[in-house]
Amino acid sequence: MNGVEPGRTAEAGEDAELAAELVIDARGTRCPMPVILAARAATTLAAGTVIQVLATDPAAAADLPAWCRMRGHTVIGIEHADGLVGCRVRLGG
Amino acid sequence: MDAAPGPLHPQVRETLLAALDAGWADPRRLHREARLASGLLNQARAVIAADLGVTPESVTFHLGGGAAGVTAAMDGVAWPRRRTGRRVVASAVEHSSILIPGRYAAAHSGESEDFAEVPVDRLGRVDMAAFAAAVGVPGTAVAALQHANGEVGTIQPVAPALDVCRATGVPLVVDASASVGRVVAPPAYDVLVADAAAVAGPPLGIVVVAPGTAFRRSGPPREAEFGRADAPVWVPLALAAAEAWQQASAARAADAREAFALTERLRAAASAIPDVDVVGDPVDRLPHIVTFSALFADGESLVTELDRRGLALASGSACTASTLEPSHVLTAMGVLTHGNVRATLPWDAIATDRAEGVERLIADLPVVIADVRAHLGAGEL
Repeated sequence: MNGVEPGRTAEAGEDAELAAELVIDARGTRCPMPVILAARAATTLAAGTVIQVLATDPAAAADLPAWCRMRGHTVIGIEHADGLVGCRVRLGG
Repeated sequence: MDAAPGPLHPQVRETLLAALDAGWADPRRLHREARLASGLLNQARAVIAADLGVTPESVTFHLGGGAAGVTAAMDGVAWPRRRTGRRVVASAVEHSSILIPGRYAAAHSGESEDFAEVPVDRLGRVDMAAFAAAVGVPGTAVAALQHANGEVGTIQPVAPALDVCRATGVPLVVDASASVGRVVAPPAYDVLVADAAAVAGPPLGIVVVAPGTAFRRSGPPREAEFGRADAPVWVPLALAAAEAWQQASAARAADAREAFALTERLRAAASAIPDVDVVGDPVDRLPHIVTFSALFADGESLVTELDRRGLALASGSACTASTLEPSHVLTAMGVLTHGNVRATLPWDAIATDRAEGVERLIADLPVVIADVRAHLGAGEL
């Protein structure tokens, strides 16, 4: 549950550029694990790759954007509903 | 290094013990002991009023500390304005004693406009344009802005906020529970709230109502503290608070200079560690508070490891709190909430070794953070 899932392709009607190429499933982990799992995946991916991080830890909603700011990544979108945080990130260089 | 709250000042402890013998009586009774207690209570009020530059009649004591003072202040200012409206405006980094009742009231009235939380910037300072806009909404009964934030130290623009409030006739409650005593009070406000715990006294709320500010508590008339408090103050506590205030008044300027220099060193040392975000305004801040967050580390492990090394620190991270939610202050600022460590330096008079403590913390931090990251498998990130 805490691993890295293979990527998914853009769904119909979804902006292909904004679709996540890789989903990081950090559901069920507590802070700071969602950020660590995302950062661990980021080390293997090229700059410009879009990833989506899923987390149930409420702190992830604040910490994923903070990680992006500190490490030069860009938050494309973040949703926070029903106890689930979904954050799409374009990786920086 | 976690003086929030800290131990009593030794002189305050002495005063409290002496006051147990001299000031135990109910000051409203007519016998000799009661007259003595009443005199001591007036004296305590006068000491604190003098330091705050106000009249004793404007000062009231509130059992329950700063939070009880805040509750009384918000209620006492809002009630006379009930015909104007019930809307409350507050910064998003106010103490939970303002935010939680505000959110609760708005949720139960079904009117989300009844409580407005004004955003802050990355340093934790309120967005003054947004504050002005929020206060200008018709139906606003009261606005609240803290003097300084007790978690990150950032000092708020109270004077511009007061100007904005005066322009629209909305009274401003200034929560200075984390700051006043330790630093001087802002020069102007409608209601000021302080806490003797901030000056190494007992937890005792202190409310100052400025002349001309309408103040009346809701509900049945109260007797205690000119009708402003829920319960009569216990005289020994008021005496201990006054002693703490007197000690603070004498030590304040020198202590703040030294504490600021120490916290500045600590801020610089923490900043030099890779991926550590030092939080809050670097200059316009309380002298004795430092907060920082370490990426890829958890607050619980950090404070536990520091404690093992004899260094007592606090954390605003979710994993160190009784709830799963991280500090609302860090969240509102948009800074990292995990791996958070907060130092609140005690007075030099209480912890004469505080400078050594800061030096040890500076020496140990890089190792402790690296160890926690390695333990989480994040050493190479």
